Amino acid sequence: MKDEYHYRADEQQYYAPIPSDFVKSMRTNLIWQFIRFLVINYKMTRMIMKSHK
Amino acid sequence: MSRILILGAGVSGHTAAQFAKRKLGSKHEVIVVSPNANWNWIPSNVWVGVGLMTKKQVTFPLKPVYDKMGITFIQAKAQTIYPEGSKGNPSPFVVVEHTEDGHQGKKEEVHFDYLINATGPKLNFGATPGLGPEGHTESICTADHAIDASEKFMNLVEEMKAGQEKRFLVGTGHGMCTCQGAAFEYLFNLDFELRKHGVREKADLHYISNEANLGDFGVGGMHIKRGGYKTHSKVFTESLFSEQKINWTTGAHVAKVESGKIEYEDLQGDKDERSFDFAMLIPPFGGVGLTAVGPEGEDWTTRLFAPNGFMKVDAIYEAKPYKEWSGADWPKTYQNPTWSNLFAVGIAFAPPHFISQPRVNPNGIPINPTPPRTGMPSAMIGKAVALSIADMIKGATAPTHHASMAEIGAACVASAGNSLTKGRAAAMTMFPVVPDYEKYPETGRDLNYSFGEVGLGAHWIKFLLHYLFIYKAKGKAFWYMIPE
Repeated sequence: MKDEYHYRADEQQYYAPIPSDFVKSMRTNLIWQFIRFLVINYKMTRMIMKSHK
Repeated sequence: MSRILILGAGVSGHTAAQFAKRKLGSKHEVIVVSPNANWNWIPSNVWVGVGLMTKKQVTFPLKPVYDKMGITFIQAKAQTIYPEGSKGNPSPFVVVEHTEDGHQGKKEEVHFDYLINATGPKLNFGATPGLGPEGHTESICTADHAIDASEKFMNLVEEMKAGQEKRFLVGTGHGMCTCQGAAFEYLFNLDFELRKHGVREKADLHYISNEANLGDFGVGGMHIKRGGYKTHSKVFTESLFSEQKINWTTGAHVAKVESGKIEYEDLQGDKDERSFDFAMLIPPFGGVGLTAVGPEGEDWTTRLFAPNGFMKVDAIYEAKPYKEWSGADWPKTYQNPTWSNLFAVGIAFAPPHFISQPRVNPNGIPINPTPPRTGMPSAMIGKAVALSIADMIKGATAPTHHASMAEIGAACVASAGNSLTKGRAAAMTMFPVVPDYEKYPETGRDLNYSFGEVGLGAHWIKFLLHYLFIYKAKGKAFWYMIPE
């Protein structure tokens, strides 16, 4: 079920960026997330290799 | 034959023991002294704290692993270091007190040629009256603490299912805490589990932290490239909180905890209270209380340890203003400047200063995150020191390996849920941990190696890391191929 939230100017949450429905759906899209899994692994590995130099 | 004595078997000490033994083989002796019989993969205590994992899944007995690897294990608590031995016997040693059943309280002198202090932190719940499992708040700092937290959380879930509303408070329990990342991850696990149980609307979740801004995490936060901008982690962290409808209080020093209520003051000096039904607040860390004694019985504790109880190493401890802090202040070899055979790794070494900007409120209360020295940097430091000592035993005159936190990065994954299709996580890396404005003048970090991302893919990585690091810690086949 989709979360229905209302953000009002008297709440601190009102002033932060909120992800769009598209961004939220891509966070759980299995195909896209498998690609991101590979990308994150690659990025982490690069950082680890640089740290071990 | 040389003898390396390692005090502590956490991430840093255990890594040091594994690499020292692998490098030196059976010609030299590696001894580990730890008061705990079990090794604990602490990052996964977060999942124990919401009932997604058992204690058995995040711990394993140390002795069988050490027996297999040829490492001597003594279950004991280190008490006093004699860097130059005692009168008439110049061989350095440590007095330890046994903690295993049947030998509790028995003291022993353990002699060494090289010492690695990896004793980790003392969980200083006493710094805030009422803080901690013996007071009025929960903890996930140990697996046992996390189990207690999980039981209380599940009881509240049942009460919410019966219609009650509850207030949850998660964060730091003092103005001088570190490990905000653990509190952040636990908070999002609570949120995830409350949604899973269908009672999220009955819960008020609130984060309270000594960070001046969300996303600081004790390292001053970090910038990442996203959407054409170089954006600070404050923006992304506030977004995550807002998305989940979680409010926050930053720049807070919790001064007192009573049953169901905290008293705190903020960076403006304002004092306030907040009530809760469930609170998990990270305590400040201190040294474990090791002392040092000279051969004539002189108290050398202040020669070896900083006032906070952490051990002095090759850092530049000279006090200077924030704007003059440099990556060069941070230790490289972790060797003590007075005794070249003493080293400290992980949380046990004394950092030269904070990483986040230091702040004091108008009432004179310091409110700033202390530097994190856990996880990847901690393991890398343990490995570097072990390899240096191995080379020194073989003839090197000085440490041969460096692991400055201004030259190494860190990866962090905050993940919720135990389903491979319904988990949620934020992954981030930064390079280096300590900003270096000489190399990276704009933000202090290399933005080609610093990134953050939210999604299921990051959750899979957290799962992968959990099993990989436990496999490595158990010393199974090709364990040394898995990077720190």
